[in-house]
Amino acid sequence: MRGENDLPAPGDKEESFGSSGAGLGGDSESGEAFEALFAKRESADPSTPATEARRHFLIRIGALAAVSGIGGFAISRAIADERSSGEPVGAKIRYGLFVDADRCARGCDACVRACNEEHGLEPEHGIATDPQWIRKVTLLDRRSGRISTLPLMCQHCEEPPCVDVCPTGASFKRADGIVLVDKHICIGCRYCVMACPFQARSFVHEEVTDPKPWSPRGKGTVESCNFCVHRLDASKESEGSASRARPACVEACDTRGYRALVFGDLNDPLDPVARAIAERGGQGLRPDLALDTKVLYRGV
Amino acid sequence: MGSHEISYAEYRTIGRGSGPFIALIVALLLVIVAGLAAAHTMDSEGHHITGMNNRIVWGLPHVFAIFLIVAASGALNIASLSSVFKRKRYTPLARLSAVMAIALLAGGLMVLVLDLGRPDRLIIALTHYNPVSVFAWNVMLYSVFITVSGIYLGVLLAPDAGDPKRARWVSGIGIVALSWRLALTTGTGCIFGFLVARQAYDAAIMAPLFVAMSLSSGMAVFILVLCATAYWAKRPQPGAAFDATLGQLARLQGIFVALTSYFVIVRHLTNLYAAEHGEIERFLLIDGGLHPAIFWIGQILLGTLTPLALLLGIPWLIAKPPSAKRIVLAAGAVVIGGFAWLHGIVIGGQAAPLEIFPGKEIIEGDLIDGNPVGYSPTLPEFLLGLGGVASALLIIVIALRLLRILPKSLSGDADETDAVPKVSEASGSGL
Repeated sequence: MRGENDLPAPGDKEESFGSSGAGLGGDSESGEAFEALFAKRESADPSTPATEARRHFLIRIGALAAVSGIGGFAISRAIADERSSGEPVGAKIRYGLFVDADRCARGCDACVRACNEEHGLEPEHGIATDPQWIRKVTLLDRRSGRISTLPLMCQHCEEPPCVDVCPTGASFKRADGIVLVDKHICIGCRYCVMACPFQARSFVHEEVTDPKPWSPRGKGTVESCNFCVHRLDASKESEGSASRARPACVEACDTRGYRALVFGDLNDPLDPVARAIAERGGQGLRPDLALDTKVLYRGV
Repeated sequence: MGSHEISYAEYRTIGRGSGPFIALIVALLLVIVAGLAAAHTMDSEGHHITGMNNRIVWGLPHVFAIFLIVAASGALNIASLSSVFKRKRYTPLARLSAVMAIALLAGGLMVLVLDLGRPDRLIIALTHYNPVSVFAWNVMLYSVFITVSGIYLGVLLAPDAGDPKRARWVSGIGIVALSWRLALTTGTGCIFGFLVARQAYDAAIMAPLFVAMSLSSGMAVFILVLCATAYWAKRPQPGAAFDATLGQLARLQGIFVALTSYFVIVRHLTNLYAAEHGEIERFLLIDGGLHPAIFWIGQILLGTLTPLALLLGIPWLIAKPPSAKRIVLAAGAVVIGGFAWLHGIVIGGQAAPLEIFPGKEIIEGDLIDGNPVGYSPTLPEFLLGLGGVASALLIIVIALRLLRILPKSLSGDADETDAVPKVSEASGSGL
């Protein structure tokens, strides 16, 4: 499992075929060849180094075919095809959020209000049955006396307990790491609310009066932050590339000038979120639970 | 042993044309209707009319439902004592045991299902199955348990069930039922034991604790139902043999209460030993508001010490063996203790603040953060829970009316298999 701050180095591949290549060819060259093949399949941009890797691959595959015969080639291609077709779409992308608590202003709830507005949440009762996809908390460090304030929402765990416990599979993790609830098959058992270590989930306690077409909600089901997945999907440039859209909370924080929230693809080292984490450092909540959360905090 | 054998003809239905019997049915139906009306109101209005909220998401209906489910598997033990452990004294009660197992589980599931946010989508729990979900395992465990108990009951009801040639069948299904009931309560305990996020749960001891609690609460409910049928319907006829069997059940009840308290003590002591669990233990046992009071008064004083004293006696104060009245009182106390225990597990465990930021204190936050959140159950929740209990009782009563569940009397020499003096002889002492 990848640690929270363990972002891939620029040369890293999301998935490596080294093992299967070595297993088949028995030499490191064939492993590289398969790796290159995979890089080509995953690459959406023809100007990437994958083109060069492809050329190298073709040259090397000729030598490999001469050594191991055309049969070996056919088998290896078949296995390569199997692996790539079994890959979930967008698995290369890992959406994540960086929260700089040092920039988060105490008393500001712009992110919370933006989220409520975006998803048609109605927290007007001021009681504990109100839906809360993001909530602001202020913490006092018992040892140092330091006070920090931060937004708390679904942490989009790589190993989400809510997904494990859901009896119907309504709670699920998308290929790009976003944890969602399928409102059509949620039976409202609330076991996921019990299982969430961050109390990030809300149960819809009453009729939804102002539903937004892009954010389905329903009485008797469970819901939580979805990184404004409708925005991400609507603005996705091409399959396999990360969306340039940002969740409503991130936008609101920027508009207020705090810039405490940075959103993007954690797997892309050039993405602002990955760069922010690389430069400023960040840590997930409850690292002892080894859930590999995708919301990383600094200054907490 | 042979003197405990009861012929098929000895088993009789009860309540035919009886006024009090019809009154009981009507009363139970009224409670069930009230429960269904409450569930309908919760479903149409939403759960905001209950005391539940985003912190306490499982409330009183879960306490009722889990109690009934746990008691269901415990109630089946009397049949197991007969079929698996060959204690023939309990054979005449095996049918009631299987009926109660089915009825209590059905009542519990009714509450559990009607408390869902979308009870209309229950079928989805079968069509979309997440194999890693403990809840999904429990759906399977409950379904099979009802099926196995039904087959078990069918085998026990067969006119030739007492035939030695059929003994292997009875024993075989008895072993399956016993194994499955252990799996079921283990699974129920795992619903809590596998919640890594919550400091009050996340412990393997939850599984054996639930098994022990099921033995105890199942026996208590069985004793109460058996005494009710004996004293109100005279089935089985109260007498020396009945008192002797009841005395045996009481002895087992005492052992099960002690066993449960052992697991409760181990759970809390192991938590107290680990510094990281200090806060949660402090909350549950000392400063968690209502929860320590329910623990010490409901679970320990009423649910553990009272039945132990009533059943086992206290030198110079409470003589042993216990009278039938004391046994019934003890069983009632165990039921109260069971509810208190589940209140502590289900609601106390959720009320305790979550450790989201270790070493830090939440000084400003949402209503669901930081300090314990109150939970005041409302009438619909209570009615739904009672509706489940009434449903279980109605199934038992209907089964007693339609099927030959209980014998006219328990025969056999009371002193044959045990050394417990007859209850009627000792009834003058104690309470």
